[in-house]
Amino acid sequence: MWLALGAVVMVFAAFTSAYVVRKGMSLDWQAIRLPSILWLNTAVLLASSATIEKARRERQSCESWLAATSVLGAAFLAGQYVAWQQLRAAGVFLASNPSSSFFYLLTGAHGVHLLGGVLALFYVAGRAWRGAEWPNRQAAVEATALYWHFMDGLWIYLFFLLQVGGK
Amino acid sequence: MAELAPAHAAHAHAAPTGFIRKYIFSLDHKVIGLQYYFLALVAVFVGMALSLLMRWHLVWPQSHMGWLEKLFPAGAAGGVMTPELYLSLMTMHGTIMVFFVLTTAPQSGFGNYILPIQIGAEDMAFPTLNMLSFWVTFVGFVVLIAAFFVTGGAPLSGWTAYPPMSALPEAGPGEGAGQTLWIVSLALFSAASLLGALNFITTTLDLRARGLSLMRMPLTCWTWFVTAILGLLAFAVLLAAGVLLLMDRIAGTSFFVPAGLVVSDRVINHSGGSPLLWQHLFWFFGHPEVYIAILPGMGVVSQVISTFSRKPIFGYRAMVFAILAIGALGFGVWGHHMFISGMSPYSAMAFSVLTMSIGVPSAIKTFNWIGTLWGGKIRFTTPMMFAIGFVSVFVTGGLSGMFLGQPPVDLFFHDTYFVVAHFHMIMGVASIFGIFAATYYWFPKMFGRMMNDPLGKLHFWITFIGVYAVFGPMHYLGLIGHPRRYAEITGVNYLAQSHPLHLFMTIAALITVGAQLIFLFNLFWSMFKGKKAEMNPWEATTLEWTVPSPPPHDNFAGAHPVVYRGPYEYSVPGAPKDYIMQNDPEPAKAAH
Amino acid sequence: MPLLLALVIWLVCLALALPFFTRTWWFPVAISEHARQVDTQFMFTLVVTGVIFIVAQLALGYVVFNYGRRRSGAATYSHGNNTMEVLWTSATAILFIGLTIMGGSVWARVHFMGAPPGAIPIEVTGQQFVWNMRYAGPDGKFGALDIRQINDAGGNPLGVDSKDPAGKDDIVVPTMAVPVNRPVELILRTKDVTHSFFVPELRLKQDTVPGMTIRIHFTAETVGKYEIACAELCGLGHYKMRSFLEVMEPADFEKWLQKRSTR
Repeated sequence: MWLALGAVVMVFAAFTSAYVVRKGMSLDWQAIRLPSILWLNTAVLLASSATIEKARRERQSCESWLAATSVLGAAFLAGQYVAWQQLRAAGVFLASNPSSSFFYLLTGAHGVHLLGGVLALFYVAGRAWRGAEWPNRQAAVEATALYWHFMDGLWIYLFFLLQVGGK
Repeated sequence: MAELAPAHAAHAHAAPTGFIRKYIFSLDHKVIGLQYYFLALVAVFVGMALSLLMRWHLVWPQSHMGWLEKLFPAGAAGGVMTPELYLSLMTMHGTIMVFFVLTTAPQSGFGNYILPIQIGAEDMAFPTLNMLSFWVTFVGFVVLIAAFFVTGGAPLSGWTAYPPMSALPEAGPGEGAGQTLWIVSLALFSAASLLGALNFITTTLDLRARGLSLMRMPLTCWTWFVTAILGLLAFAVLLAAGVLLLMDRIAGTSFFVPAGLVVSDRVINHSGGSPLLWQHLFWFFGHPEVYIAILPGMGVVSQVISTFSRKPIFGYRAMVFAILAIGALGFGVWGHHMFISGMSPYSAMAFSVLTMSIGVPSAIKTFNWIGTLWGGKIRFTTPMMFAIGFVSVFVTGGLSGMFLGQPPVDLFFHDTYFVVAHFHMIMGVASIFGIFAATYYWFPKMFGRMMNDPLGKLHFWITFIGVYAVFGPMHYLGLIGHPRRYAEITGVNYLAQSHPLHLFMTIAALITVGAQLIFLFNLFWSMFKGKKAEMNPWEATTLEWTVPSPPPHDNFAGAHPVVYRGPYEYSVPGAPKDYIMQNDPEPAKAAH
Repeated sequence: MPLLLALVIWLVCLALALPFFTRTWWFPVAISEHARQVDTQFMFTLVVTGVIFIVAQLALGYVVFNYGRRRSGAATYSHGNNTMEVLWTSATAILFIGLTIMGGSVWARVHFMGAPPGAIPIEVTGQQFVWNMRYAGPDGKFGALDIRQINDAGGNPLGVDSKDPAGKDDIVVPTMAVPVNRPVELILRTKDVTHSFFVPELRLKQDTVPGMTIRIHFTAETVGKYEIACAELCGLGHYKMRSFLEVMEPADFEKWLQKRSTR
């Protein structure tokens, strides 16, 4: 799992370096107003990190916490989608400007990774909900939690990059 | 996922019975290894065929080939090859060879088959992931080949795909759908390689047999391990770069395309992107990729030379450190591909120093191979011939790198045939010799039969002389300043003097490629008709020689081997035989 | 078998090395101070790598021959020799890095220093698949460019702005002429994709990168007509994207320029 995260870090490191280089050399960079719903999304994602941590520590009766996390995760994705819609409504498209390209690229790439996390959560929570016990259950929860925390941290990083770096 | 599947729980899978589960969607690392190997075998013959067409066209540009028109109605209208077809052949030759041969066979092919057995494991850590990697790679290959048959044909932009050419459909035929498929193919390949790398690293770290410390691992395992780490870091960057390029093409973004371009009389509606950004990202992947191709070959050659010299490898520790140093330095030298690309000339100096220092661990390895041969009792088997040939071409290809690593000299040689000679020798030929050595060496293990030795030797002689005849003269073309990627030599007057060399190389290439049919015949003939192989026909020491040939489904039939010593204990004084297996506990006292 | 393999290795490598001595295919003549320095650095590298090449291949052939022959006794049991490892590691490190540092000054002279004062500026613009050379004309100033005014057929391939007076006397031609022994500064651009400006006789090569202008300089010392080739893949006509560099006596150069500015 750590290795997989290492690969994800490299992907985003490459995007970041592209971001920095592209911004540093271009004259056409226009800061975009980030939709304020992103703050709400961030709060939702942070909350989901708390719930999955709770699920990890509970061990036995973790299913409701896992379910809560998957709902929050799905809510975050929905919120991100709303943010995209708001930007579109404001006339900011993928190809409008380098900063908007990066906004869609980074949030999109993060969203795809998070979607994988949500699917894993649905799977684990679903099995746990039906009361199933399987040999690697705790390991599965731990791995999912680690991945989830990582996605959370990654989002905070990206949000910071887009907020501060996008200016 | 290491947590998801603790070491031994994962390979509880039983031997499958149905044909599809056994040979198509198999979870067995040995079957997957062979699938990779045969994919690479198909790819290498496609790649060689493309190169022959290119060589033919360089010497006889006007020759009429009716069958070519049937294959490429647009690119060879009237049966005569167009420059754009030449360039798309070149692009596809490079891409197929680099990705689907040199990355696929040594690492994914032999690594998959041999690594788990050499470390005493029953399978890879994540068998399902392993199967997935292969099938994604396979789809990637199909997508790449499909690029030939879409409107406009395969891309012209070379395997390096520099934008804006690769980003703008206006830049030429092949830059439309063909280039898009090319990017998709590489993205698939990168994703599969990432999964594969994860698998290799976890397997090496978690599944080693008892007693097999890292410093007792065969050098082959070391090279597969370090190659996987390089792959994990490098392919992630290629994947990211590919996504950016794809977005420039289909979503109208401007990551790599600057403002104010006029292509084919059309003003391009992009702004502010940087072509150099692609070059940096590409070569940050691209240079480690060179080591991804060559490192496993170095491992195989170390193993083979030690086995057939009947001597321990000279300086095992130094070899391990050299592998690690090559891996680490490999990430700091990408800028040497860009000395004249408009990058800061100051950073060129820094890249140059790092580049020249990577010659040091490479030299150490050469010294140590010669040191291993020194004082040995050499057995001239076919794998040993190819291993010795490897050392020779590795020296040749490595030394030409010393010219290209210096910015002022590279100034002249950059993008000339000198570069083509250099990387074909070191990345192409040397790696392929590694693959040949590995094939002849492990064939008995993989198929339970020996390959024909006289045919193998014949294959070696023609190939060894042939590759020097094909790629040697390219150095001289570099000296006269012959730029590479020229579809014809008629466009520039001073290239007229190169004609005899081109003719010589084309004839040499025809013969050398022809000799590969001997190999192909030997491979398939021996598979069914070869002499039966014993468990340990080469009297070698590592764990794969302690299991039947071919090994059963879970390799060790439920047993867990224990390792007592380093990998290359040959000719130990006082021992009953001239080799001691790694899992042999007895004559430990005789050794020191 | 051992003797045969050793001989083949030696002969093949000898054959590879031989043309480096006979110089059947060799660099074109060097026509600038910088070109001669590049050649010196090349020769120096050639000697160093040549010696390593010969020694390494000889050694390989020797061990193959000597330890491949039938002989009695077992192979030597040895795991290596640390002193030797240290020795050859440091020796190669010093050699290789020393070479780089030596070459550094040659690189620095062209790339770290600007063109000397009084250099003639010539703007070189690559396009699929021709070179456009622009001289500033008598006023010494290049006119502004406007991509909307680009008209290849109408004789304005660069889109020199008709409203800018500085552009009125600009000369745009497909080949380059320079006076002998005068420094020349090239301003390299491209209209479309990446190209590379390459004059073998000057040992000068520089990519022209979309979105960038890159400056390099040279001083040609020998009168003559030389070819300019494109050295970076730029599309289907890459192989025939060539032009000429004519190095002329100063008087001839003035005449050449005059003839083109009156057009």
